[in-house]
Amino acid sequence: MEQQLRTMLDIGGWFEIVINWLTANFDGLFDAIRELVNAVLVSFQGILTFPHPYIMVGLFAALAFWRAGIGIGIFTLLGMFLIHIMGFWEVTMDTLALVITSVVIALVIGVPVGILAAKSDLAERIVRPVLDFMQTLPAFVYLIPAVLFFQLGAVPGVIATLIFSLPPAVRLTSLGIRQVPKEIREAATSFGSTPRQMLFKAELPVALPTIMAGVNQTIMLALSMVVIAGMIGAGGLGNEVLKGITQLKIGLGFESGISIVILAIFLDRVTQSLANPKGRKS
Amino acid sequence: MSILEVRNLYKVFGPSPSRAFTLLEKGASKEEILKKTGNTVGINNASFSVEKQETFVIMGLSGSGKSTVIRCLNRLIEPTRGQVLIDGEDIMKMSKAQLLETRRKKLSMVFQQFALLPHRTVLGNAEYGLELSGVPKQERQQKAMQALEQVGLKGYEQQYPSELSGGMQQRVGLARALANGPEILLMDEAFSALDPLIRTQMQDELLELQATLQKTIIFITHDLDEALKIGDRIAIMKDGEVVQIGTPEQILTKPADEYVRAFVQNVDRTKVITVSAIMRKAPTVALYKEGPKAAIRKMENERMSIIYALDNERKLQGIVTIDDAIRLVRERKDDLTPVVANNIFTTTPDTAIGNLLGTALETSQPIAVLDENGRLAGIVDRASILGELSKTMDEEELPVPLADQLEEESTPNQKED
Ligand SMILES: Nc1ncnc2c1ncn2[C@@H]1O[C@H](COP(=O)(O)OP(=O)(O)OP(=O)(O)O)[C@@H](O)[C@H]1O
Ligand SMILES: [Mg+2]
Repeated sequence: MEQQLRTMLDIGGWFEIVINWLTANFDGLFDAIRELVNAVLVSFQGILTFPHPYIMVGLFAALAFWRAGIGIGIFTLLGMFLIHIMGFWEVTMDTLALVITSVVIALVIGVPVGILAAKSDLAERIVRPVLDFMQTLPAFVYLIPAVLFFQLGAVPGVIATLIFSLPPAVRLTSLGIRQVPKEIREAATSFGSTPRQMLFKAELPVALPTIMAGVNQTIMLALSMVVIAGMIGAGGLGNEVLKGITQLKIGLGFESGISIVILAIFLDRVTQSLANPKGRKS
Repeated sequence: MSILEVRNLYKVFGPSPSRAFTLLEKGASKEEILKKTGNTVGINNASFSVEKQETFVIMGLSGSGKSTVIRCLNRLIEPTRGQVLIDGEDIMKMSKAQLLETRRKKLSMVFQQFALLPHRTVLGNAEYGLELSGVPKQERQQKAMQALEQVGLKGYEQQYPSELSGGMQQRVGLARALANGPEILLMDEAFSALDPLIRTQMQDELLELQATLQKTIIFITHDLDEALKIGDRIAIMKDGEVVQIGTPEQILTKPADEYVRAFVQNVDRTKVITVSAIMRKAPTVALYKEGPKAAIRKMENERMSIIYALDNERKLQGIVTIDDAIRLVRERKDDLTPVVANNIFTTTPDTAIGNLLGTALETSQPIAVLDENGRLAGIVDRASILGELSKTMDEEELPVPLADQLEEESTPNQKED
């Protein structure tokens, strides 16, 4: 009986048909996306790995010092140097390139959607449940469609990551704009703002700290997802962790784990500081 | 022509304004309309006009519609019905572009919570309006600096609003409004968020600034003292209606209804009411034309024991007492000049009556009121000053006749016996 029902419904079969149809008919589109994402990814990888690691370590430390203070500056200097000594520099930069690529694309999509959701209650009502749904799914689930449409490799890794890390960018952009005080909006209007001036000279700058908090969350989600994406051959530190697990190389797994933690702390502290720009301590 | 005119303005908030109007026409109250239709009447048939360079205060309790009215003047809120004429042009009929232009050039607004942009410096905030109109950077910074100087913020250009006190932040708000060079300033409870000392200081500075800049100011407040201090004229609102418009003195001396009376009863009247409101006509005698007999007759008619002696230009020379005049008649002299005494006090019509109290208690003669040419405008005596002041006394605090009090005390005693 159950067996019969199962063959009748054949959910897996139907799904395959839909996917096949999509890949057959939108092949060009998926190829274009793949090319584009790949191009962005490769350029970031190039930029990050082109200078000598010492130079990059110095630059990261300087950035951390400038944005987050002396403590994080020293931590970054020592931590990044350790990564280099352990021999993980290249894979760490690969991971960073994956994160940056995913986050850039996530923001290019997420911020405008967030603005739309802030401006239109209808858009908010549509976007909100979609975001809620996206955030209830476990991270692994995003790997399946990414692999189906883009096979294995870095590009599906980026796609899965950007989808996974998109929600906070949308949410906090919308929230930030909706939270702009009514009087500031009135002031902008009363001094003769066009809708464009309202957005770019009042709403977005006033909402910026909140949007930046969203950017921080997006980056941290992206980092965690990029590691998981090692399972589909995205490369970077995720691959090393996976190797450590599957081949029972405890040392390798531990060292790549330390590299991830160092990168995570660096990214978190530096982007957190963006949410507290100078001058408005309010 | 008035620079700003509001004619039969209505604003109804809610789902079905037309239903509210049907009830309004039947004379229903704001409360009834809210209960029956779910619409809030924000403004109910308000009309007023503001002259160039006037400071026009709109006052009323919370929820009376002040903010709604001022926001209709630049269409931050769309009126439901009525006209708002600025320089004779109806802003309700303006195109989007014209409205934008009017907001940029003619009207600037100052807000209760300052509404400064936190990511911009003081200078950046001050030049904000000019930036929106596309004024080149150098020019707009120069104008912004000038405005900052006017409000006393020179040297603070590079600070951020969060680094300033409330009073200073509102100066930035004022500078931002002035930098545009508008004809009309709209100030919605601009000083209400400041603590009392700073608030008084800001009021003084606004008055000073206004003396040189001569803008037209629409100023909203729920504080009567502020209204009386700043306003050339005051409009009082209640439940969306304008119940009275007048000078501070008119509002105090002739409140239109109980609502206004309740509003004004706690005011320190001695600071607001001027001599002109309480002075009365004085008997006069032309010193070089009339003699003692004429003087006596006039004094008798007025039941006065003195008369005011004027020269040919009607300038006050002094007083003549009835005793002196009678003596002259007995001595068969016709000339009043030798007996004219100048031991009296004078004042001007626009002096606040509080300033007269001390003098009035000292002298037995009325105080003469002279206009700017030295001519006698009238006289004020002690009785009329005290009479004016006692108008607003609380009935329950008034002195009680001893007889009444004794009677009251004896009644319960009798019962006990
Ligand atoms: N957006 C709105 N929607 C519905 N009702 C409103 C709205 N804005 C104002 N009202 C109502 O209109 C009336 C007038 O409000 P308004 O803000 O003009 O009063 P106000 O005199 O400025 O009061 P306050 O001294 O508290 O600022 C009030 O009854 C208020 O509840
Ligand atoms: Mg108000």
